[in-house]
Amino acid sequence: MSTLFVSHLSKRFDAFEALRDIDLTLQTGEFVALVGASGCGKSTLLRIIGGLETRSTGRLEVDGKPIAGPGHDRAMVFQDYSLYPWLTVAQNVRFCRGLKIYSKNQSSSEIDDSIRRSNLLIDLMGLTRVRDARPNQLSGGMRQRVAIARALMAQPDFLLMDEPFGALDTQTREVMHDLVLHVKATERSAFLFVTHDVEEAVYLADRVIVLAPNPGRVDSVWPIDLPARHQSLKMTPEFLHIKREITDRIRATSGMYSDLAALQALSGGA
Amino acid sequence: METVQENSITLPPATLPHLHNRTPLWTVRGRINKRLYQLIALASFLLLLGLWWGISASGVVDPLFLPGPGAVAQCFVSWLFDQDLLNDTGISLYRVFAGFGLSAVMAVPLGLYIGAYQPVRAFFEPLMEFSRYLPAVAFIPLVMLWAGIGEGSKISLIWIGTFFQMVLMISDNVSRVPLSQIEAARTLGATNTEVVHKVLLRSAMPAIFDTLRLTLGFAWTYLVVAEMVAANSGLGYAILQAQRFLQTERIFVGIIVIGVIGLVTDQTLRWVHRKLFPWAKQ
Ligand SMILES: Nc1ncnc2c1ncn2[C@@H]1O[C@H](COP(=O)(O)OP(=O)(O)O)[C@@H](O)[C@H]1O
Ligand SMILES: [Mg+2]
Repeated sequence: MSTLFVSHLSKRFDAFEALRDIDLTLQTGEFVALVGASGCGKSTLLRIIGGLETRSTGRLEVDGKPIAGPGHDRAMVFQDYSLYPWLTVAQNVRFCRGLKIYSKNQSSSEIDDSIRRSNLLIDLMGLTRVRDARPNQLSGGMRQRVAIARALMAQPDFLLMDEPFGALDTQTREVMHDLVLHVKATERSAFLFVTHDVEEAVYLADRVIVLAPNPGRVDSVWPIDLPARHQSLKMTPEFLHIKREITDRIRATSGMYSDLAALQALSGGA
Repeated sequence: METVQENSITLPPATLPHLHNRTPLWTVRGRINKRLYQLIALASFLLLLGLWWGISASGVVDPLFLPGPGAVAQCFVSWLFDQDLLNDTGISLYRVFAGFGLSAVMAVPLGLYIGAYQPVRAFFEPLMEFSRYLPAVAFIPLVMLWAGIGEGSKISLIWIGTFFQMVLMISDNVSRVPLSQIEAARTLGATNTEVVHKVLLRSAMPAIFDTLRLTLGFAWTYLVVAEMVAANSGLGYAILQAQRFLQTERIFVGIIVIGVIGLVTDQTLRWVHRKLFPWAKQ
């Protein structure tokens, strides 16, 4: 059981205040989605937690220990997959096992375990058929499966995902959503999932956090209390209702709207 | 007008053969098939040869200035069999690969670390940028002073001419490795050293290989310069000697031999590139 603890965290890029006073707790088994208007600091927060960006002030701890940089306890999945094109699918998945941090004092039974695990992950992700292919031979959805398997291979306590399905088409996304839910059911990890797609957030998460922009801050937290996930759930009134409410909330925080009257005035009052 | 537009909109794509079967030769960034490409390339060489033959056969130009292809071919044969063309070529090849190899062995690690670590970049990059603009040819007197006219001077000149370019180009190749590849490795627990060796070097390898292929061309240029001023063997030396004795066809042979060696190595390296890095698009 691991706990990620974020408290009074803020981030400045020189004069620009990107995040202000963020509080967040995430525990093993939980799935939290971060949503918000574009530019509100979702990626920045995720990167700080991943150790890829420094924080300006505030506390950031895993099980009471401050985070000082990236670590394999917090694996990340990026929107652009960032696979290694020179490695095959199986080699990409096993990439972390070639690193010192895993290979030192490894007994042969642990090596067997890791090979078994990588095969299981390749299987779970539906990659068996393409295990010897290279990433550039795969579609976007398949590439992202490889990236997720590669991250899970590190057995992270926290899986941080930054709009992982943002570049995929709707059908592929739906398949990936169910895949992520399978992963959640089988892996001992906590999930922090950044997206701008509210439907995706509500479908996947136990808790949705809405960030408001300028400066980025927590606007509201929405516990999602829905029955077992199934694609048809997306059509139910409860689902649509909470999706609508969160969407309206994001709209309100972003202060964006389209003013028909003003546009008509501009085009000569047609 | 109206009906024509109607027609062109409702036509199913299958009935527009020009969209399907004919290769769009003149589309920007269009594709053509390999055979056609080779045919056009061959045509350009044949055209050049024909032009050359035409001009020299017409007698407009004194053969002392422009010998015909026949005379040049004859000279090639006699140089090859009666004199020591192979020897001259061999010594030149040796110098090019020694100078170029020395540059590469030093430039690859240095470029890698400049591309990886900002302090290394701050220390070396401005220095390299400065050195790159020092005219390599102007170093000839110095190089001869320091290294005499032995092999060292030719190799040093090639090194001066290629090393600084190579370092800057390789550090640029390494800087172009996508940040996300680096960050993915770091979040999987890779150390800095592991990022440099397992990600930066591997990811930039095809680009570095291309840089080496390009700089090999520079090496030939500096070789010829060095052999013209500070040698008593090699193709560059032979070309200069031929000029002294007004053997224009020998100058032509020398130049063409260097050109052909360049073309053959370049094509070979491209082929090796495709075999080594099938995942990299060129
Ligand atoms: N390295 C950086 N330097 C300066 N500003 C940055 C940097 N990274 C992000 N920002 C700014 O911080 C804000 C939040 O960015 P980001 O976290 O990417 O937003 P989101 O992921 O929610 O779209 C944006 O206004 C962005 O321009
Ligand atoms: Mg973002």
